[in-house]
Amino acid sequence: MAALQDVTDADFDEVVLRSDKPVLVDYWADWCSPCKQLEPIIEELADEYGDRVTFVKMDTNANPITPANSRVLGLPTIQVYAGGELIKAFNGAKSKSVLIKALEECL
Amino acid sequence: MAETPEVREVIIIGSGPAGYTAAIYAARAELKPLVFEGEIDAGGALMNTTEVENFPGFPEGIMGPDLMANMRAQAERFGAELLAEDIASVDLTGPVKTVTDGYGNSYSAKSVILAAGSAYRKLGLPDEDRLSGRGVSWCATCDGFFFKDKDIAVVGGGDSAVEEATFLTRYAKSVTLVHRRDELRASKIMAARAHNDPKLHFAWNSQVTGIHGEDSVTGLTLTDTITGQERQLPVQGLFIAIGHDPRSALFAGHVDLDAEGYVKVEHGSTRTNLTGVFACGDLVDHTYRQAITAAGTGCQAALDAERFLSDLADSSHSTPAELIETTV
Repeated sequence: MAALQDVTDADFDEVVLRSDKPVLVDYWADWCSPCKQLEPIIEELADEYGDRVTFVKMDTNANPITPANSRVLGLPTIQVYAGGELIKAFNGAKSKSVLIKALEECL
Repeated sequence: MAETPEVREVIIIGSGPAGYTAAIYAARAELKPLVFEGEIDAGGALMNTTEVENFPGFPEGIMGPDLMANMRAQAERFGAELLAEDIASVDLTGPVKTVTDGYGNSYSAKSVILAAGSAYRKLGLPDEDRLSGRGVSWCATCDGFFFKDKDIAVVGGGDSAVEEATFLTRYAKSVTLVHRRDELRASKIMAARAHNDPKLHFAWNSQVTGIHGEDSVTGLTLTDTITGQERQLPVQGLFIAIGHDPRSALFAGHVDLDAEGYVKVEHGSTRTNLTGVFACGDLVDHTYRQAITAAGTGCQAALDAERFLSDLADSSHSTPAELIETTV
């Protein structure tokens, strides 16, 4: 399984907002245990959908600005961006089947 | 993966202190338990707590997730097979019980231990789900970080509400504990901590009757439980800690539940109304709901299952096959 690329406050604009492909952002923190359980599920999704969607993760401990600007008020939060716009957001851990269904809708 | 024809000795559904303790005992009894831990909530309720100060054997306390990781490792050490999957349906009535996961894979066993625990109770307000993750939360340790210098409210009066409220004062500008009575139900040590916390305020005899905000929470309507008077409380976050309900929906119509949805067990045991089906932990416990009591009943369930299986093995040696189903 491919590890997800880290995105930071510094390169969020470039990596996420200016991406040609849709981007899924997995917001996490080391104190969030549902995030840890979600990570391998996101990695599996990245293996399956990586050609059509860019998968990145953001450590909210180290990067406080983006979560605040993008209205992240809880973890885990997953957001999908396309063309610089936020098109889908999930709060709380979701099962793989739920995430697949939502990703398919974004493609 | 195709349907597995193998009939195991025991399947355990759930992975909190009850499920993992049952797994430790069943594994040490060489029953090779198969444990369904849950796809996203393995480890159970303690995964969302911080310091656990009252689990015996840890005089300095232990972090909830660490305690659960230890229990998991202990179960694994003795050969428990752990699957991070949710169960979508069960068939528990016959001598061979079948459980099916969310992907349609089925697993069979002679006995099943139900240890699915409980889920956060909701207030039941119309805007609660809409604003969930947008200021409404059930997990202070998960989400508190995002409420730095904000005003927030916690609903509830028990230990978990007070624990959440005191934890949140690390981040928040102010925390208002909203409780429908005029004193806390929490233990004395927790209540004293709350009363001594300068950032913590109390809204006594109050119920949250409205949650406001378009994209995120901006305030609450509180109703006085005595006078019926309404008032507005401007907050950016609402943490709900009003208790839990048993996660028994999956088993309804299979095992007997009581009026509140808890799985009914024979007094002094973990036996349900179905032969070979045992239940433990918060799924059956109205009263105590502690990590240690869940672990205790998890142990009981494994021992009950072990006895059931050894009686089954004895009877299958000494009685004609057609009688096996009626021996217990």
